Amino acid sequence: MKILVPTKRVPDPDQPLLLNATGTAVDLDGVPSIINPFDAIALEEALRIREEDRAANGGEVEVVAVSIGNTDCEKELRIALAMGADRAILIKVESAVDPWVVSGLLKALAEKEQPDLVLMGKQAVDDDCNQTGQFLAARLDWPQATFASKLEFVDGGRIRVARETDAGTEVVSMPLPAVVTADLRLCEPRYASLPAIMRARKQPLEELSAAELGVDITARVEVLEMETSNPKRECVRVGSVDELIEKLRGAGALPR
Amino acid sequence: MKILVVLETQGDALRQASRCAITLARSAAEAAGGAEIEIALLGANLAAASVAASCYGPVFVLDHDSLAEVTADRYAAAVAEIARARGTDLLIAASTSQAKDGIARAAALLDGAMVSDASACAARDGRLVWRRRMHAGSVLAWVAAHGSPVVVTALPSAFSPAEPSAPNAITPLAIDVAALPSAIRFESVSVGTTGRPDPTEAAIVVSGGRAFKTAEDYERLIGGLADKLGAATGSTRAAVDAGIAPNENQVGQSGKIIAPNLYLGIGVSGAIQHLTGMVHSKVIAVINTDEEAPLLEYADFALIADAYEAIPELIAKL
Repeated sequence: MKILVPTKRVPDPDQPLLLNATGTAVDLDGVPSIINPFDAIALEEALRIREEDRAANGGEVEVVAVSIGNTDCEKELRIALAMGADRAILIKVESAVDPWVVSGLLKALAEKEQPDLVLMGKQAVDDDCNQTGQFLAARLDWPQATFASKLEFVDGGRIRVARETDAGTEVVSMPLPAVVTADLRLCEPRYASLPAIMRARKQPLEELSAAELGVDITARVEVLEMETSNPKRECVRVGSVDELIEKLRGAGALPR
Repeated sequence: MKILVVLETQGDALRQASRCAITLARSAAEAAGGAEIEIALLGANLAAASVAASCYGPVFVLDHDSLAEVTADRYAAAVAEIARARGTDLLIAASTSQAKDGIARAAALLDGAMVSDASACAARDGRLVWRRRMHAGSVLAWVAAHGSPVVVTALPSAFSPAEPSAPNAITPLAIDVAALPSAIRFESVSVGTTGRPDPTEAAIVVSGGRAFKTAEDYERLIGGLADKLGAATGSTRAAVDAGIAPNENQVGQSGKIIAPNLYLGIGVSGAIQHLTGMVHSKVIAVINTDEEAPLLEYADFALIADAYEAIPELIAKL
């Protein structure tokens, strides 16, 4: 079995953000980057599937990490290798991409690599779109399970997935190949060990271009302008529960 | 321009989030200088909900027992078929977990351009542009979508629920349900058992963080205060991870985005991922023992107190 795990490079969400001079993009210069946390969860799940399969069946599972962007993405791909991915592929694209473009490139890669499962984060913490997995599944005509909190293999080449929805946890099952997007509680990603990071430096990265994959990389959503948001307020300290109730009633936040 | 709003139901009524999506549709119609707004309703036993929906525009209904449980492949294929049949230019739905799953899939089936979680719409240079948050809300952007149809999910907390007007026609759709895909099999759902309102739809949300030691304490104190106020309960990722609060209570970047009339955060520190989920609440009040908790900088009122003492007092005095 082959599992394809898209791992997006995103700016570290704990770092302050600045915009570029034209206010159309986040200035990434000098900002530390990480693997999108939801993708790291997906990668961890793929690695656990491989480890469980090794223990039970001697091991046939291959985990392939892929990233899309410029050569800076090599850093995150090497972290994916250090975490334990068997192979890493960089699809080189210099221009800004959106979920439509990414899902088109991943579709072409899935057709080439023929994975049984694409396991990826439910959203990227930079654009917060929550679209790519769904687009990919639709464009491949594969079933999908978004917002997965549990994934198991059941008889007949099917998977059963617990999904986190507005109302509670939903369980669905589907045949493979399928696209599964990871929610927070699917698992906790491991840290790559230092020896593994050193080893990953020397591991080969495969490179592909959008042209080689025959994919149009024209984005469909254009960011016209951005502003940073500062929603801080003047906080009034109150001294007692009574005063809090009075202030909230005065502000119309509680009925009198 | 033709707008199609896909609504969700809750029993015989429309989901409040869907009525917020209608508000965005009306705003888009106005920004476009006029547009026809049509309504799509998919599911089972929709007779009463169809009547409710008809007060927002002509309704096109796909009502079939096999659609009682929503799976993304069937739902997306049906939505795409309706949009094609209606010649939809702009498809709008509330940004619920169902829409994130199924409407996003439908957008790709329609070969469209999609904007998630729009909080406003405007016209600029003769086209519609959309406001949305990025980077956990620390960036606000205006974006344009190039494609047809354009598919937009509305961030419910950014809009008031639309008011109904005079009823319109209800048209059943002749879609061959048996021909819809069915690779995804629904097995079960365990619905949250609190019986309280959804945090995205409540006027008041009482939210508890890691200050609560156990799930029992959280339920007794946060739940008890919420019940006293007719409020929803909310929580943070840390408290959900610790098993103190149920998952469907999680507010934030990876949970629910809320903007109630009052957000009362008790023992909530205020990580950026949580802030993005509640920072647009009308009034924000905090009870925390930690004066340095980041949430205080985003709050209107703060009481430095222990949750275990302040909440029983609040319940007694409200």
